[in-house]
Amino acid sequence: MSPARNLAEPAAPARPLLSVAGLGKSYGGRIGCADVSFDLWPGEVLGIVGESGSGKSTLLGCLAGQLAPDRGQVIFDTAEGPQDTLTMSEPQRRRLMRGDWAFVHQNPRDGLRMGVSASGNVGERLMAVGARHYGDIRAEAADWLGRVEIAADRIDDRPRQFSGGMQQRLQIARNLVTNPRLVFMDEPTGGLDVSVQARLLDLLRGLVRQMGLSAIIVTHDLAVVRLLADRLMVMKDGRVIEQGLTDQVLDDPQAAYTQLLVSSVLQV
Amino acid sequence: MSPGDSDSPYNFAYLDEDTKRMIRRAILKGVAVPGYQVPFASREMPMPYGWGTGGVQVTAACLVPEDRLKVIDQGADDTTNAVSIRKFFERTAGIATTETTTEASLIQTRHRIPETPLTEDQILVYQVPIPEPLRFLEPRETETRKMHALEDYGLMHVKLYEDIARHGAIATSYAYPVRVGDRYVMDPSPIPKFDNPKLSDNAALQLFGAGREQRIYALPPYTKVVSLDFEDHPFQATKAEHDCDLCGASDSYLDEVILDDRGGRMFVCSDTDFCTRRRAAGHVGCLGEPA
Amino acid sequence: MYVAVKGGERAIDAAHALLAEERRGDTAIAELSVAQIREQLRLAVNRVMAEGSLYDPDLAALAIKQARGDLIEAIFLIRAYRTTLPRFGASRPVDTGKMACLRRISATFKDAPGGQVLGPTFDYTHRLLDFKLMAEGGAETAAEAPEPASVDPAPMPHIAEFLNRDGLIETDAPSDAEPGDLTRNPMQLPADRALRMQALTRGDEGFLLSLAYSTQRGYGRTHAFVGELRIGMVEVEMEIPELGFAVTVGEIELTECETVNQFQGSKTEPPQFTKGYGLVFGQSERKAISLSLVDRALRWQELGEEGQGVPAQDQEFVLMHADNVQATGFLEHIKLPHYVDFQSELELIRKLRAEAQAAPARADSPAEETAE
Repeated sequence: MSPARNLAEPAAPARPLLSVAGLGKSYGGRIGCADVSFDLWPGEVLGIVGESGSGKSTLLGCLAGQLAPDRGQVIFDTAEGPQDTLTMSEPQRRRLMRGDWAFVHQNPRDGLRMGVSASGNVGERLMAVGARHYGDIRAEAADWLGRVEIAADRIDDRPRQFSGGMQQRLQIARNLVTNPRLVFMDEPTGGLDVSVQARLLDLLRGLVRQMGLSAIIVTHDLAVVRLLADRLMVMKDGRVIEQGLTDQVLDDPQAAYTQLLVSSVLQV
Repeated sequence: MSPGDSDSPYNFAYLDEDTKRMIRRAILKGVAVPGYQVPFASREMPMPYGWGTGGVQVTAACLVPEDRLKVIDQGADDTTNAVSIRKFFERTAGIATTETTTEASLIQTRHRIPETPLTEDQILVYQVPIPEPLRFLEPRETETRKMHALEDYGLMHVKLYEDIARHGAIATSYAYPVRVGDRYVMDPSPIPKFDNPKLSDNAALQLFGAGREQRIYALPPYTKVVSLDFEDHPFQATKAEHDCDLCGASDSYLDEVILDDRGGRMFVCSDTDFCTRRRAAGHVGCLGEPA
Repeated sequence: MYVAVKGGERAIDAAHALLAEERRGDTAIAELSVAQIREQLRLAVNRVMAEGSLYDPDLAALAIKQARGDLIEAIFLIRAYRTTLPRFGASRPVDTGKMACLRRISATFKDAPGGQVLGPTFDYTHRLLDFKLMAEGGAETAAEAPEPASVDPAPMPHIAEFLNRDGLIETDAPSDAEPGDLTRNPMQLPADRALRMQALTRGDEGFLLSLAYSTQRGYGRTHAFVGELRIGMVEVEMEIPELGFAVTVGEIELTECETVNQFQGSKTEPPQFTKGYGLVFGQSERKAISLSLVDRALRWQELGEEGQGVPAQDQEFVLMHADNVQATGFLEHIKLPHYVDFQSELELIRKLRAEAQAAPARADSPAEETAE
């Protein structure tokens, strides 16, 4: 039974937050991703796993409006009701990206303004949606720096002066400050030392719980999804080969590929 | 040379009529969409790019033989570049010129707005070096045009935020960015921010020409123009805290003049016409003599 | 008593008078004639025509004389004159295949129909000062110049056509589309190849040379060979509506360069050679070769190559900064008075300093850094 239906049946008048149908993209003759369909419900965290080249990053790019898919629908439940984000006008999509959506890049350099202070980085999204009170913006930024465990006296320092782990935490603060309804994360712990990864994961888990975040996390690291994801999609060669509740997939994998993945036989 | 002079190798006000028509179309579009930068096919002019070719082309497209032209640079009619541009139109358009703000029907300016309030019968033409207010935050034209189209102005406020975080105040003293009619963010050209309030609700038509960057933009009369700021760090139009030493004016923008090498200095109105007429009317500053 | 600075007008007049005097130099030395410049400084004349985008050797020579030999100033004079000229129409595309070649070389084929013609080139001269030239009127008929090869009526087909026969090199689809004109319409980015070519052929030779050189040194390498470089006269034809056919209205000298570049192939295209192209007024072969390298570098997207993020591949960077008349004007405008802006900066700095000094010193304050 699909967990999506499981959630939909009983007293849930709500609609899915994101509803993806028949999504596909190819690069010339090569498949990037194909026939991807799923629903994401409010408050749910979906993990997408697979080895490199499995199409998970292409899929994330298509979902988040960074790549143009060749076919399919990505319907988001906007303030004005469900809308296909692929046929949306550019201004609408940008508004979505500034407010309701957030994107955490693997490399913090891609998601931060390296020449702007830490609080300026956090404040940018507030200002983009109309905040015009310096003191309030600064206080909110300071609060968020605290929540991601960055010391108060670093508020005016630039990300260049931060360690890799701090940069990633700053990027998370910058994205979450506007209470986005959907967060995309691309290998959020990639490129960090193991001990730093653990701290970041712990922090992320806390934030996800506290804020009731809806998120889609792409990773090759099964530890990340075990800790954060409610549900899991396994990708291979651009297609979803297995999906289900995280524990279910990890503890009782059906597809042979997933079994290999879980038993860590595959170097992913 | 007079406008009707058939020996003149050049058309009235230098530009050929087709070019003027093209520029007028751009001006009209600019008036219709206040604050929007309209691309136009800027021509090579007989003065260098960066020296007012945009303003000169806008002026040339607006001038009619009945016009009376005033040209100022840094507020003064007698600065070399103002003289050079005024002479250019005297020669190529044969029109009357003046140094008196109230007598002029068209005023071309570099870096100042006259102190004397303008009227509905006047056009103020600004020379603009870099028309793009977002340019120093984002060097790519393709990207900044998109930012304007999508009203994606968060970055502009990040810059102001950083100023306050670092200096305690917004560290932009001239070419201070404004928002026009609640829509476009615009560069008012390098006027001191002291002049920014005069942009708003002005009775005159204000036209901006950037020759090298091939852009024209406009503020129709009585357009709302707001200088960007924060609620708790409101915009302030500042000037030297002095009165004019010649005419005693306390409300005009002042130039600082170094008098000797022992630190002696005085402050005088940057708007020479304003100062001259105040003195003629009997106002005297602390270093001035009765006119 | 201070008197506001007056006399801008007189100062300008005096400066102009002094300029005229300086231009003439020592009156004991004979004045240079425009014809002398046109004939004896022909490469300078060519550059002024190319970047001024007006083919008129006499006016270009006059501009050089008036500009005291400052070629960018001369180019500016020509541009300002050119912009006022009425337009009667457009010529037909010139046929460089029918060029009467003064020079024609290929680095890719040892021999080809039409042969290699060195023509008047510095290439194999030893760069030793020729003091004979200091003796005025001396070296006029120094060497017996052979009859120019251009009298050879043998046809000189383009080298690229030989490669084309085997499909080894890309072909340009013929098009009757009217190319854009950036002297009549503002440049819109991205610009198509025709418009890029127009911007580049008017662009500054030094800028293009440096860009082309940067591609050779690895900043966007295109593996270029000079497939063919030719210099010579071509006829300019105009369609006369009243006559219903084209007539020759004149002849102009052009330099054309086609480079042959490696191409790995893409999703849609098998590996083959690609081309870079340059066409310039007069004898300007350094510029023509630079152009074809930069042209090829700018084509990375349409050929499906990977962008390397280098200057020569960055269309906006190249096109927005190639024009030396624009560049020099904006660069030099910082000489103009900026009293007002400077005054407002002065006040801001004073205010910020006063506030910084008034504030109680913090232990970790950045004032320590500034105090160093």
